[in-house]
Amino acid sequence: MKTFPIGGVHPSENKLSCAKPIEVLPLPEVVNIPLAQHIGAPAVAKVAKGDKVLTGQLIAEAGSFMSANIHSPISGTVTAVDAQPNGQGLRQVMITIKREGDEWVDTIDRSKELIRECNLSAQEIIAKIKDAGIVGMGGATFPTHVKLSIPAGKKAEALIINGVECEPYLTSDHRTMLERGEELLVGVTILMKAIDVKQAYIGIENNKPDAIAHLRNLIVQNGYTGIEVTPLKVRYPQGGEKQLIAAVTGRQVPPPPALPIDVGAVVCNASTTVAVYEAVQKNKPLIERVVTATGKGMKSPKNLLTRMGTPILSLLEAAGGLPEDAGKIINGGPMMGRAMVNLESPVTKGCSGITVMSGNDAVRREPSQCIKCAKCVSACPMGLEPYYLAKMARKKGWDELEAQMITSCIECGCCQSSCPAYLPLLDWVRLGKQTVMGIIRSRAAAAAPKK
Amino acid sequence: MANKLIVAPAPHVQSSQSTTSIMRDVVIALMPALVVSVVVFGWSVLCVTAISVLACVAFEYLIQKFVVRGPLTICNWSAVVTGVLLAFNLPASIPWWIVVIGAFVAIVVAKMTFGGLGKNPFNPALVGRVFLLIAYPVQMTDFPMPANGNFDALSGATPLAAVKFGASADVLGVQELLLGNMPGSLGEVAALALLCGFVYLLWRKVITWHIPVTIFATMAIFALIVALSRGVEGNALWQFPLFHLLAGGAMLGAIFMATDYSTSPMTIKGGVIFAVGIGVITMLIRLWGAYPEGMSFAILIMNSCVPLINKYVKPTRFGVK
Repeated sequence: MKTFPIGGVHPSENKLSCAKPIEVLPLPEVVNIPLAQHIGAPAVAKVAKGDKVLTGQLIAEAGSFMSANIHSPISGTVTAVDAQPNGQGLRQVMITIKREGDEWVDTIDRSKELIRECNLSAQEIIAKIKDAGIVGMGGATFPTHVKLSIPAGKKAEALIINGVECEPYLTSDHRTMLERGEELLVGVTILMKAIDVKQAYIGIENNKPDAIAHLRNLIVQNGYTGIEVTPLKVRYPQGGEKQLIAAVTGRQVPPPPALPIDVGAVVCNASTTVAVYEAVQKNKPLIERVVTATGKGMKSPKNLLTRMGTPILSLLEAAGGLPEDAGKIINGGPMMGRAMVNLESPVTKGCSGITVMSGNDAVRREPSQCIKCAKCVSACPMGLEPYYLAKMARKKGWDELEAQMITSCIECGCCQSSCPAYLPLLDWVRLGKQTVMGIIRSRAAAAAPKK
Repeated sequence: MANKLIVAPAPHVQSSQSTTSIMRDVVIALMPALVVSVVVFGWSVLCVTAISVLACVAFEYLIQKFVVRGPLTICNWSAVVTGVLLAFNLPASIPWWIVVIGAFVAIVVAKMTFGGLGKNPFNPALVGRVFLLIAYPVQMTDFPMPANGNFDALSGATPLAAVKFGASADVLGVQELLLGNMPGSLGEVAALALLCGFVYLLWRKVITWHIPVTIFATMAIFALIVALSRGVEGNALWQFPLFHLLAGGAMLGAIFMATDYSTSPMTIKGGVIFAVGIGVITMLIRLWGAYPEGMSFAILIMNSCVPLINKYVKPTRFGVK
């Protein structure tokens, strides 16, 4: 069975909610919509306090090419456009909307009817995706229209749909593939048309045999050509873009600044592909997503179809309330998710799950000295030496860090999670990587011709 | 909410292994060999092992308490591992004060002066053993005879020594070599028990197979080539390599000493280079050197190459051809 070539770990899967069908979370009374919830420039607000908005109405416009539109997830009145604390407690500009009913923009097709035919050109498809404000929903939140706009001189050869969901606990992509498989496959054909490729692979880890079988059946039943489901051996971080491309095609993306398109691959997350279907065929912008609310102490872990901007706390309440011993609440999964302090903060486009950990599991154990066991080196999927990078970052050896390819680090956390001395390896590596990237940028700026 | 939430950067998962669990696993893996040794040589084995372990732990404690004044690390079992390994490299009849001196050299000189666990360049137990071998050659090579069996053919030496001084490689049967019924150091005699420990360490993911298996393969191929060049034929052709794998410290060294974390390379590739070096040097010393056994010297010599190997042998980088 296929997988990526080097490193990786296998943390306990804990997919508690994998058999729970998607439920619709009741509409929130108030939503907070951050203007920066994607990679790139923040969106620019197009509404002001007191404005009435409809569900699906554009409320903030992409600030540049590398940015994304934002639409109102509910109908009601804008009560504020100002700085509010996000999940980490940092203040960010958000649009606050108080709900009045749920009245949708009338161009959006809300019927359940499946539309397979798509007669739009590639440019028209990409334009619709851009209008709908779609970004990568696996967590990276890279604007999808940017990914689909193939740079001049490059050629896409294959589309890869990321249905890996290698993070422990999370099941939103899994349920989406099972319950919205028809839409997913139409979305795949639309994306194939947008980037002009004849071949698409849907990469799914073999801990989801039901999703693999379901999509294979649908492909045969509907006679799709050029779409293939690729089962993958369960191994973290297979859902990382570079790891997935290597697992499916055998091609390795060279170190930065190279991009997936340099090996002819375009990767799109499974939930994002369904959002693409809705945007292109139904004119529906990205205003809701499936979020897994989960954790060992939760009474009933769930997959919830949630409007953007809904407070995190209401998802936790829907999943049975916060347990007594909750110690850490993570936006995302336990390997790459971000710990939160503010449960009033909103669900955003990149939020695939909320994982609650008990206090005992959440506390970092006391680090001791490195015993040179080399487990971090064998675990690193990029072939780096985390123990050495951490040591050099502590010593501020920036040149050596650059020579040892620290910018290749994908921050997957394999090193730190396999360290028997509990060393905060990734904390140091992140510091080193950010510093080295800053040095590289300023060097490039200094070398650029002065205007 | 009553409780404050814990905030830290990802990952939020930590290893189920710890330094302590790893060191404890190594001690557990050494236990079958200890049992066999008690059966072969009697209760003095336990006495030597206990003195060695206690002395190692005590020296580490004293250094940390009065010299380094840092956090105490004796609870992580690493001094126990050194103690057991040192004892395994000594004859069962060794006087107690020599054991204590060995423990002093191993812990104080070879480990703590470099900064303790993870920082020592040479395997502490082996430094202790080699020091004793040079300082007390008589006591260190006075091997007691096993309680049962007839060993006239060996004339009081270890099988390796006997072969070195003229005996043929079938001086002991494979069964005796596997079960350890032969003169030798405490822990090196029972090949089968050491292999059980190897399997345990692999199962517990404490070590990988690369270093031990490469050492075995290198030694076997080396011995086979030598046997062929000497015109050996028939059964004796496979007996010669097998004898070199099962006799002496090959098993103990390859499984438990060469795989020591801080004194072996950080990459698999580096580990293979390191292991080939150990296999070749061991065979060179065994066949043409002054000593009948070369495992300890080979490991220590290759220990000194580890920083160089780590500098030049890098892991396969993702995306780099």
